Amino acid sequence: MSNTFLWAVFPYIAVALCVFGGLYRYFHDRFSFSSQSSQFLENRMAFWGSTMWHYAIILILIPHVLGFLVPGAWAALIADQTRLYVMEVTGLALAVMATLGLAILIVRRLSNARAQSVTSVMDWVLLGALGLQVVMGFWIAFFYRWGSEWYLHTSVPWLVSLVNFNPQIQYVTAMPLPVKIHMLNAFVILALFPFTRLVHIVTLPLPYLFRPYQVVIWNRKRNVPYDAPTGVASIGPDVPYLRRG
Amino acid sequence: MDIRAQVSMVFHLDKCIGCHTCSIACKNIWTDRKGTEYMWWNNVETKPGTGYPTTWEDQDKYKGGWVKDGDRLRLRLQGRTEGLGNIFFNPNLPTIDDYYEPWTYQYDELFNAPEGDDQPTARPISLITGKPMDIEAGPNWDDDLGGSPIYASNDVNLEKLTEHEREQLNEVERLVFFYLPRICNHCLNPSCVAACPSGAIYKRGEDGIVLISQEKCRAWRMCVSGCPYKKTYYNWATGKSEKCILCYPRLETGQAPACFHSCVGRIRYLGLLLYDADRIQETALADEADLVMAQRRIIQDPFDPLVIHAAKANGITDQQIAAAQNSPSYKFVKKWGIALPLHPEFRTLPMLFYVPPMLPVLGKMKDGIYDSSAVEGMGQMLNSLEKARIPVRYMASLFSAGNEEIIREVYRKNIAVRLFKRAQRVKDISAAEAQEALEIGKTTAEEAEAIFNLTSLPTMEERFVIPAFAREEAIEQSLDPYTHKPAAGFGYREAPARRW
Ligand code: SF4
Ligand code: SF4
Repeated sequence: MSNTFLWAVFPYIAVALCVFGGLYRYFHDRFSFSSQSSQFLENRMAFWGSTMWHYAIILILIPHVLGFLVPGAWAALIADQTRLYVMEVTGLALAVMATLGLAILIVRRLSNARAQSVTSVMDWVLLGALGLQVVMGFWIAFFYRWGSEWYLHTSVPWLVSLVNFNPQIQYVTAMPLPVKIHMLNAFVILALFPFTRLVHIVTLPLPYLFRPYQVVIWNRKRNVPYDAPTGVASIGPDVPYLRRG
Repeated sequence: MDIRAQVSMVFHLDKCIGCHTCSIACKNIWTDRKGTEYMWWNNVETKPGTGYPTTWEDQDKYKGGWVKDGDRLRLRLQGRTEGLGNIFFNPNLPTIDDYYEPWTYQYDELFNAPEGDDQPTARPISLITGKPMDIEAGPNWDDDLGGSPIYASNDVNLEKLTEHEREQLNEVERLVFFYLPRICNHCLNPSCVAACPSGAIYKRGEDGIVLISQEKCRAWRMCVSGCPYKKTYYNWATGKSEKCILCYPRLETGQAPACFHSCVGRIRYLGLLLYDADRIQETALADEADLVMAQRRIIQDPFDPLVIHAAKANGITDQQIAAAQNSPSYKFVKKWGIALPLHPEFRTLPMLFYVPPMLPVLGKMKDGIYDSSAVEGMGQMLNSLEKARIPVRYMASLFSAGNEEIIREVYRKNIAVRLFKRAQRVKDISAAEAQEALEIGKTTAEEAEAIFNLTSLPTMEERFVIPAFAREEAIEQSLDPYTHKPAAGFGYREAPARRW
């Protein structure tokens, strides 16, 4: 059972949890739909940890996603020896950076009493999962070289088969243990998404770039002459409360 | 013309006695929850002093407000893309230590201590970590110039003073200070709103109250940095920013905000102003010396038929227009021109105005005794302006972006009112002298009488002219705010708590 379950069933469970759990939380618990920043309580370690971690992990995730989405283009990109080499070295450097950043964040939450007071159990679970993930990633980058190449012929076909609802687990079942852990733990993290502060990933406020600086909200509809709407509270002698138009 | 209504406040600083009743009234209603203990939406600071959070006026440090960049305004904090780049770490965020770490005492140790030779003590316990702590600062640590060599002398407004003036201040440091009560200014051009990447902060169209949607706030904390008055606060327990809501649930039911209602010195006035929203940008871009006047210009005459017409076209009710005509804020700010915005050079167009305190030299220290017997005739009073114990330049740094003439004008008018009334009541000044004073103060007998009445004898109804308000939808949904608040703070529908 185990192989089929791990590689052909569990990923679906994880993705379903991620999507439906995330939607549920967005619509029913929007208040907590963010990362609860503790920079206000501890500033210095937060700077090194948070900045290093976030920038490194985003840069690392991009090739992971590209290899999966456009494997052809990715293969062409790394066909050249030098480019492959640059890619591997950058990846390794970023892995170091991400690991270091996360380590600082973990130490911070362990050692600083103020940061500790706003750390929940789920924060620790998440930090554990992320820690395992980057350490394994680093391990793989170091001991199983040329991952940018073999990733295309192992994990990617497996992921694609998952997307096609025709899981081909033979691509991955023979992989070395660290790689297996890395792949499975990725789905664990996906599953954790709705239950942790990870939800903040989808709150990147891009509209900020385009919206006008000032935000004005009218409780009543403007410019429209109105009669007292039925069934709505009235607060003054003649100012009926109006719905937003 | 896009006429809108704005609730506007006036604080008369000559009347503030620094009792902090306002702060307590606010705290008891709104900020007695976990994570908000350190917040004082209303605080009263001693000036000269560094204020709360420490040296909040120093924008080189905190990067709040707007900067005029040619013919454009930009946030001093950061551009939009930069804002997104700083999203993982806000480099200009004040930390809890810039305010103070809130604490309580282990009171039960007093009661449960075993009998012994020593008096039991209650140790201070941090309200953040729950562990014993050493108190290093607290709210109003520098109240009444306490520790002034550390606090008052670091006041950024002193930088503009000459060496001599600073010495002068120091000489009398135990004699002269005044109180500066502060709440959110509910600005016309709020930089807290502009700095918020999530678009969670908004200005209510009907009355201009600035609020933070607790559901949209994503804890980026840019508003805390962006507000030059440091009047948005980060609730570290819920991961949401919160700010003064001008007690909108009270306003919506016709009551003055709690700090206004409870003010012992009766220094607070509240009323509507009508302003032209089309001119916000142009006003915020005025030259520094012209900022106060520009802000007066954007406020429109509520008796002008054109303005009334435009207001009605914008959905402003007759009641609101009547309230604007009756507004004490309109009188103090525009009609009489004796109330000034705090630090207009931050360019947020604050809608809280202050009548600057006069602190005239009516006596001096002689051999350690305060001697006021020298006051005679109006010469002394008028001269007192130039000899004011807190230099005009200091006031100009606070209330007019450095324009000293505006401060002098306000003072001359206020002194004229005093002389005019003194001639009437104490009668040690001749009518001719009083008339001369009125001319110097560019005022008339009627105006002086009106200023005197609204300053010294106003009723509650004259101080707070509150029209019927449009209710906030949030509260509307959650029914009675007073039943709602203990259960849910001012978040709505659900308790403001995180489960994950
Ligand atoms: S005082 Fe600060 S928080 Fe209040 S509206 Fe102005 S910028 Fe925003
Ligand atoms: S209650 Fe009034 S008089 Fe007392 S400190 Fe506050 S503003 Fe000043």
